[in-house]
Amino acid sequence: MASLIQAIRMALHVGEERLGVTDIFGEDVGPPLGGVFTGSQGLRTAWNSPLDERGIIGTAIGLAMAGQKPVCEIQFCDYIYNTIDLLKVAGNTYWSTNGDWNLPMVCITPVGAGIRGSIYHSHSFDATATHIPGWKIVMPSNPLDAYGLLLSAIADPNPVLYLAPKALMRTKATLDELLPGEPADDKLLCKMIDAPLGDRSAWKPEWPPLETLFVPIGKAKTVRPGRDVTVVSYGRTLPLSVKAAEDAAAEGIEAEVIDLRSLAPYDWEAIKESVLRTNRVIFVNEETEITNFGEHLIRRTVDELFYHLHAPPKLVAGAFVPGIGLADNLERASVPQRETILDAIRESARHEP
Amino acid sequence: MATATSTDKSERLEFSAERAVQVHDLMVKTRVLEERLITMYKQGDGYFWIGGPGEEAFNIPLGMMVDKGQGLAHDYVHLHYRSAGTLLAMGASPVDFLRQMKNTATDPFSGGRNFAGHASIRKWNVAPITSPIEIQYSIAPGTAMAQKRHGGTGITIVQGGDAGTAEGDFATCLVWSSRKGAELPVLMIVTNNRFGISTPYESQHGEKYIADRGKAFGMETAVIDGNDPESSWAGLSKAMHYVRTERRPYLLEVAVSRLYGHSSASGANYNKEQLDCLTAYEAKLEQRGVLTRAAMDAVRERYTNELSEAAKIVRDEAQPDGSTIFDHVFASKNLVGGEL
Repeated sequence: MASLIQAIRMALHVGEERLGVTDIFGEDVGPPLGGVFTGSQGLRTAWNSPLDERGIIGTAIGLAMAGQKPVCEIQFCDYIYNTIDLLKVAGNTYWSTNGDWNLPMVCITPVGAGIRGSIYHSHSFDATATHIPGWKIVMPSNPLDAYGLLLSAIADPNPVLYLAPKALMRTKATLDELLPGEPADDKLLCKMIDAPLGDRSAWKPEWPPLETLFVPIGKAKTVRPGRDVTVVSYGRTLPLSVKAAEDAAAEGIEAEVIDLRSLAPYDWEAIKESVLRTNRVIFVNEETEITNFGEHLIRRTVDELFYHLHAPPKLVAGAFVPGIGLADNLERASVPQRETILDAIRESARHEP
Repeated sequence: MATATSTDKSERLEFSAERAVQVHDLMVKTRVLEERLITMYKQGDGYFWIGGPGEEAFNIPLGMMVDKGQGLAHDYVHLHYRSAGTLLAMGASPVDFLRQMKNTATDPFSGGRNFAGHASIRKWNVAPITSPIEIQYSIAPGTAMAQKRHGGTGITIVQGGDAGTAEGDFATCLVWSSRKGAELPVLMIVTNNRFGISTPYESQHGEKYIADRGKAFGMETAVIDGNDPESSWAGLSKAMHYVRTERRPYLLEVAVSRLYGHSSASGANYNKEQLDCLTAYEAKLEQRGVLTRAAMDAVRERYTNELSEAAKIVRDEAQPDGSTIFDHVFASKNLVGGEL
């Protein structure tokens, strides 16, 4: 039973053994560390890059041009901002060359709050990322999707940004969501694929007989059915939304929770189908609220579903402040909590037109 | 192997008559193309001009020496928007540059989407030329890394101007291509015209030669006169041979002129104060008795007429339809991976 970060590592292993991944690289990605979150331990093609984000994205573009299949990592999305013009170039290369050069590359970057990461280890990146056309953008909230979305990202001929919610890295799936081929015993899995502490120079992982699984990019998943209100979320706030929905159920409100999983392209049909049944919708994410991706989803909801709505569509998002403060109270006040999502569910469900 | 930055005149060579004529022909062809593009801009047949008149004496030899082809066995070429000469020398059609200027649907580089001089030719490993200065230096290590892994003699050639070396991307290329044990076959070229739009080199650079920055990374470096095609050929020949065989980086700084200013935004008028490499080369050829003035005038007249006629045809070619803006946002096939 893999954690989310183990699922990423196993997907990278399958990627390099079966899907043609040639390079897994970034700061501290190669041995001995294998990633600051352990995501690249024991991988055959993992290597350490200079501490240079522009070089990481640029080299990934170059490798992709040369027919390789790179997976690069920006250690925290807080440090991706100095690469924005290169991200734009990666996103516009196929378009600006009128279909001459595609760029098959994946960029993984941990995002979001929840680990008391202070101002530069708590950023989200989904609002900025969704302003850069030409990238596919995915964001898993559980190990199985983490595995299947990463394999789809690797197989895709376009640049794919893989936003990994850092607060969920150690979370494990339920038993009915095992990765195909992994052992159910999580201790056994750790023994097989986690690098030992101390000297690892002679260590080699023992990979379980994993099967390939593609979670399609652009396809949402309804994780909790409900008749009264639709909650659309992704990443770290998805499990919070499920918990808030369980709290609401105790009050007789049945919230349907959709895990969007992909932000570009996104599954509008899944949102629309649900909202047409519940007539109420809340979008939840932890990005700062102004020009938030959820605001776009509200705009589209209003444009297309206005006369089906029984309550104003709502956004539960991060406060528009320059950073997430270190103290627990500051972090909690800055990003959505189970209670704030529950309040929004109540308000929406009880709103009378 | 010498590591001294060199302006050694003894590296000059003299072209055979056949090569001298070929280089001259391509230099004239390139100059006439740039002049035609400027005329098109001034006549309203394009929105913006940027190009490389004044760099022909370097860019032509570069294009002639590229190992042209698709895939890792050949050179990857990361150029900038002053590189028409290199591409013509590689065999590109000047008419395609007119098409990009006129932003026609037939523009093979971008389908009317990008500025003049922003070529993209995947079948020859010519990476898309972009407007942001210097980013090609961050991308070049990627193609070079793949070439090093592949083996053979293919190299990555990356070229930009002097002002752009202030960007972090230049340092990225220095760092990534010179890592111990992981050195990359990259030929870094800086064409130094001593201007960044209007800003003089002297006011922004403390270093005497940009090439000297390579020395700190253990790179071979040289400074050459890019206003003379024979000096360019000699410098390129030495640098390319080194990168092809040693599989290590080389930083080549090339002194060039900028004959029509930065772009149409600064008027695109001929600057008489700068050394004109074509005039200088023609004087040399005439003096050596390789070509007569009349023969050289005939070459210019032929290209002038050809491109004047071509411009009339391009003017009537279709513009891209507005409904096509959503085409090619995402690829459905891995073209660079060999899918057809």
